Amino acid sequence: MDYSNREKDTTRRRKYFLTRRLDRLFLELYQIYAFVSRFFREVFFPPYEWREIIKQCYEVGVKSLPLISITSFIIGIVFTNQSRPSLADFGAASLLPALISVAIVRAMGPLVTAIIASGKVGSSIGAELGSMRVTEQIDAMEVSATNPYKFLVVSRVLATTLMIPALTMYTTLVALLGGYLNVHQNELTTITTFFTQVFEAITFLDIVANTVKSVLFGFTIGMVGCYKGYHSSKGTEGVGKAANSSVVTAMFLIFIEELLTMQIINALRVI
Amino acid sequence: MKKPNSKIDLTQKVITIKGLTKAFDDYEVLKGVDLDLYKGENLVVLGRSGTGKSVLIKIISGLLRPDSGLVNVLGQDVDKLTPKQLDALRLKIGFSFQNSALYDSMTVKENLEFPLIRHSKEMSARDRDRIIDIVLEAVGLSQTVNQMPSELSGGQRKRIGIARTLILRPEIMLYDEPTAGLDPITSQDINNLINEVQRRFNTSSIIITHDLTCAKAVGDRVVMLLDGQFQRQGTFEEVFDTEDERVKAFYNYNFTE
Repeated sequence: MDYSNREKDTTRRRKYFLTRRLDRLFLELYQIYAFVSRFFREVFFPPYEWREIIKQCYEVGVKSLPLISITSFIIGIVFTNQSRPSLADFGAASLLPALISVAIVRAMGPLVTAIIASGKVGSSIGAELGSMRVTEQIDAMEVSATNPYKFLVVSRVLATTLMIPALTMYTTLVALLGGYLNVHQNELTTITTFFTQVFEAITFLDIVANTVKSVLFGFTIGMVGCYKGYHSSKGTEGVGKAANSSVVTAMFLIFIEELLTMQIINALRVI
Repeated sequence: MKKPNSKIDLTQKVITIKGLTKAFDDYEVLKGVDLDLYKGENLVVLGRSGTGKSVLIKIISGLLRPDSGLVNVLGQDVDKLTPKQLDALRLKIGFSFQNSALYDSMTVKENLEFPLIRHSKEMSARDRDRIIDIVLEAVGLSQTVNQMPSELSGGQRKRIGIARTLILRPEIMLYDEPTAGLDPITSQDINNLINEVQRRFNTSSIIITHDLTCAKAVGDRVVMLLDGQFQRQGTFEEVFDTEDERVKAFYNYNFTE
């Protein structure tokens, strides 16, 4: 059959609700809302991708250990070393373990872990999912009637949400150990005295706040990496952008969250 | 190379498309496409790059939503299906992607197992292995079972991609540029494989391509997509027996390149 003479009106123009840019902005905001809320709709219902969740926990947790260990140990030493002169000026060098404890448990532990993880894990999630999007692997899952969101996103976000708090605890301990070694070298403090002072300086609320913050940071790192990768535009340039903006956006959100949780916890401390 | 005769059932349509339109921002890619695919038929959709050929099969498989028009696959209106119904329909459709879309982090075996584990949960590991052997044998790559996709050649990746779609025994196969980027000999192997899949698994297929050798080798019927509409339709010879300059240019470019 020859269709060559068939004519149709093809001059139809697509319309925008507001302007093209504003439409896209609102669409993006809606996409973010839909993406995040979908996690809570899917995480509690089977099928569960246990193998993938365990694999991702290993990737996020175990494979981050060397970097986290070195960084937090050095931070503990450097922070202790830099704080000593100021305290010594006031004759309060004996308060050094307490200061280290408060600084590391309340702020530096969760923050340092989150920043390292957003650089290492967030960028890797963004790049991996971005590359899967560009090479149509996510589409391939979808057409084989497998839920790519559950397999890729839920497993990764769960892994970061579970493993970042564990890494934070580890970071806190290693940083305190670094601090102890520095204190021991200069003030000849025993490990028992050091850790007694450390635990006297912090409260149960500090531990809870540390855990809550790290859960929030872990969720943010996973979710941002997955969102950026999942919605990566076509081409290798898009993969690079997804990885980069995963880190930048996650870090930005982590600092905002740190600020807000600090305010809330300080308010709770007064009560 | 001419295509061997196929067993086409002209009384049974597996895909019916009427008045399909799709636009991306201001660019209208499909401007009222009508199409029927019959049971057992290999239908080739020809057209230049960017004319909406891949968009067409992505709409058929529910990866993209049409702006308007009817897309009926195996008696179901794709645009009106719930996610669960769409998943059930997708199990009957095999989609072979242009770049194979093999999962990079998995071996060939894990790639093939991936849909089986999720959709045939009661199946034993032994039965899964047997099915994997059958499809790998069908695409002639039994020896690659433990290799990673990065260790395979372009042609092998295409074949494994086809094997992965065959593992759930689909009724319809959608091939997106099956010979793109392959040398003539490997392209011919893929063409033979497409015909073999049609014969052995009794599938109905839509093959998207701009490779005329492929179109001639695998197509029972050929349609040509020009300016967002099917301008010509028929056997390979009928489609190119025209004075339309655009069609002639497409033919001449392919065979004089």
